[in-house]
Amino acid sequence: MTTPSPAVEMTGISIEFPGVKALDGVNFRLFPGEVHSLMGENGAGKSTLIKALTGVYGIDSGRITVFGVPQTFTGPAQAQAAGISTVYQEVNLCENLSVAENIMLGHEPRTGGRIDWRRLRREASTYLAQLGLDIDPRSLLSSHSLAVQQLVAISRAMVVDAKVLILDEPTSSLDAGEVQQLFSVMRVLRAQGVAILFVSHFLDQIYAISDRLTVLRNGQLVGEYLVGELPRRQLVSKMIGQSLEVLEQLEDAPRRTTAARTGAQPVFQAIGLGRRGAIEPFDLDLFEGEVVGLAGLLGSGRTELARLLYGADHADAGELAVAGKQGRMRGPRAAMKQGIAFSSEHRKAEGIVGDLTVRENLMLALQADRGWARRIPARKADEVVSKYIAALGIRPANPDALVRNLSGGNQQKVLLGRWLATAPRLLILDEPTRGIDVGAKAEIQRLVASLASDGMAVVFISAELDEVLRLSHRIAVMRDRRKVAEIDNDDSTTLDDVVELIASGGTS
Amino acid sequence: MQLVRHRLFWPLVALVALLVANTINTPSFMSVRVQDGHLFGALIDIMRNSAPLLLVALGMTLVIATRGIDLSVGAVVAISGAVALSFIGSSPNPEALSTVLVAVGIALALCFVLGVWNGFLVSVLGIQPIIATLVLMTAGRGIAMLITEGQITTITSPAYRVIGSGFWLGLPVSILIAGGIFALVAVLTRRTALGMLIEAVGINPEASRLAGVQSRSIVWTVYAMTGLFAGIAGLMISSNVMAADANNAGLFIELDAILAVVIGGTSLAGGKFSLGGTLIGAFIIQTLTLTVTILGISPSVTPLFKAIVVIAVVLMQAPVVRRTMASRRPQGPRPAAVESKPVEVAA
Repeated sequence: MTTPSPAVEMTGISIEFPGVKALDGVNFRLFPGEVHSLMGENGAGKSTLIKALTGVYGIDSGRITVFGVPQTFTGPAQAQAAGISTVYQEVNLCENLSVAENIMLGHEPRTGGRIDWRRLRREASTYLAQLGLDIDPRSLLSSHSLAVQQLVAISRAMVVDAKVLILDEPTSSLDAGEVQQLFSVMRVLRAQGVAILFVSHFLDQIYAISDRLTVLRNGQLVGEYLVGELPRRQLVSKMIGQSLEVLEQLEDAPRRTTAARTGAQPVFQAIGLGRRGAIEPFDLDLFEGEVVGLAGLLGSGRTELARLLYGADHADAGELAVAGKQGRMRGPRAAMKQGIAFSSEHRKAEGIVGDLTVRENLMLALQADRGWARRIPARKADEVVSKYIAALGIRPANPDALVRNLSGGNQQKVLLGRWLATAPRLLILDEPTRGIDVGAKAEIQRLVASLASDGMAVVFISAELDEVLRLSHRIAVMRDRRKVAEIDNDDSTTLDDVVELIASGGTS
Repeated sequence: MQLVRHRLFWPLVALVALLVANTINTPSFMSVRVQDGHLFGALIDIMRNSAPLLLVALGMTLVIATRGIDLSVGAVVAISGAVALSFIGSSPNPEALSTVLVAVGIALALCFVLGVWNGFLVSVLGIQPIIATLVLMTAGRGIAMLITEGQITTITSPAYRVIGSGFWLGLPVSILIAGGIFALVAVLTRRTALGMLIEAVGINPEASRLAGVQSRSIVWTVYAMTGLFAGIAGLMISSNVMAADANNAGLFIELDAILAVVIGGTSLAGGKFSLGGTLIGAFIIQTLTLTVTILGISPSVTPLFKAIVVIAVVLMQAPVVRRTMASRRPQGPRPAAVESKPVEVAA
């Protein structure tokens, strides 16, 4: 499949930020008609390399050639003009415009200076059809799921006739079916000779779709490999730069502890808790020292369940009993007072406060709990902050760094620290490991296991079933906004059992 | 280097430049003299005249930090003066201290209620701040007209005059009031956690709500405070001229206040705020006004003159300009941690 001339060739790329070499003499090649995965942990330089290729960052040294033509990008527009299109993890489209308008934005067909709306919709639907998307081009973009929005973003890239398509973590919020849909679109494009650069944290997906891998570590090139020649284990050890034995330890450690619930009385008990249009009424008992995993596809009601437990959304049915006493959560603050902590799946939108420092973010829940009038004394705050920075290994270990400048994994740790500082009895974690690197992931998993063994009740949500299976003592299976089954997870439970339950809806 | 990077550097430079220009033009500009035990001079004038603006801008700073805006402050200024003067004017004993105190109390209570009303619309009903406060901005002058019955109410009451024109310990009372409230707000926001929580709400309202921050009451409080401060400003302005003009008192003061906030480096997008910046911003605007008068420039070109200085200050603060300026400078040892640079790599 190797065609002699690459679509993109980057040689000796170096980019330096104050104090840090982000990229150090990295080479990268991308051939037409192949899917090339860029691998590396958070902070390895993947995003920086992509931003160099898309013209967002200027390079300090090195050479970029696109279809044999040397290029010096000084902005994204030039990269686009050279045929490079990018679809980012966070869809950057206009939610308040229609699907057709989004696809054709900037390329509206005109007759006599006026936009020809009929033609615009017709052209948009041909692009959608090419990707096998059956949606009304007139519908509002915001009325569609994130997955569909993602595919709309790809359709948009097709309009500019991209020869090079960069997909930066497009799958991080898609469910299995949607990933397959995306992959079939990618295969179509690959067959048309488009060079695709793909970034994902899911190894399964990497192996399912890519032809070639480039591994980066600490801003340096580790190597370029054909997928068939690099077994999964070796890939991971190249990414984290540790030997296989260390890796095995890392993988084995974060497991649920066998000693499950302590105490016969549930600390929290959801009784017929529900919200119209979000999730049907469900019962759920939560015990001290027990991890309850929520398994189900995206949109199955996992997140909705968690939000109701915390009172982030208002429940219109049922109640949440706290240590046997019935009542209803009146919002996050009331839940917090009862010792419930909730870390949302949307780290940026609902988690971190980007322009505040690590310190302020860590102290936020604790301070909110005390109210504004009683500021936490500086010495106490220092103690808490340095404790969690050390315990969670937050990098950089600088309490005055702005949180938005941290990598995803470290932002997640800050959020965890924020909640652990409140010493909750129930910790609800919605996708705490999404989009973060292998090392940080293992650390968070290990933390969950050890918190539970210290007596905390944990609700753990993840799209990765094996993670749920490994960490949970009990698994609640969700499907179509309903809790369909609840199983005790002992060593005889397998991934297939859970998948079967999700597929059958617990009826068989 | 470090100094130039400070966000208040350019506003301060602008202020100093204005003062220097004035001193060159009028060598006695900077001199402060004592007369009858009171301090007099151009500098004192600037401070005294900027007192009402500073009060309004203080509230505006907090409102803007929560991602809001309050357009109604000008109308509240008018209402405040109208209420106080109408009460004093219609009282049988306008000279008495007790009358003045009651008048001040009623006016401030009403302005606080108006602030609470704005806060209710924004934080409880969730109406966009610009729309919510536009209601009172337009209706407010009508209310003031109603109170003054369409007349410009004038009174003679030495006790009331003290607020705007009196002296205490040699200093104008209005400077003392504004300074005291500035200090109070600074302590309230920076010695408690209020400032941090206001910033959190302004930067990411949903994350703050989920972290248990009572964003509703914080936003509400901030609008109520702004109403109260505008009320005090209204007392000062009406006391200064001993007249309540429903149409013109505090006219466009909301725009000057927003300007002062922006010059002071607080972003209209909400989040981080700087009270010190707002103070400098208010001084700059007032110094400009005075400069125009002293230089004998026709009042009709004052807006243009103001605009030029404002554009210059705002440009100096723009990230693009600052970055360009920074890269032009000869290579020197750069500080290790620079806020505005991407540090994704440091993971």
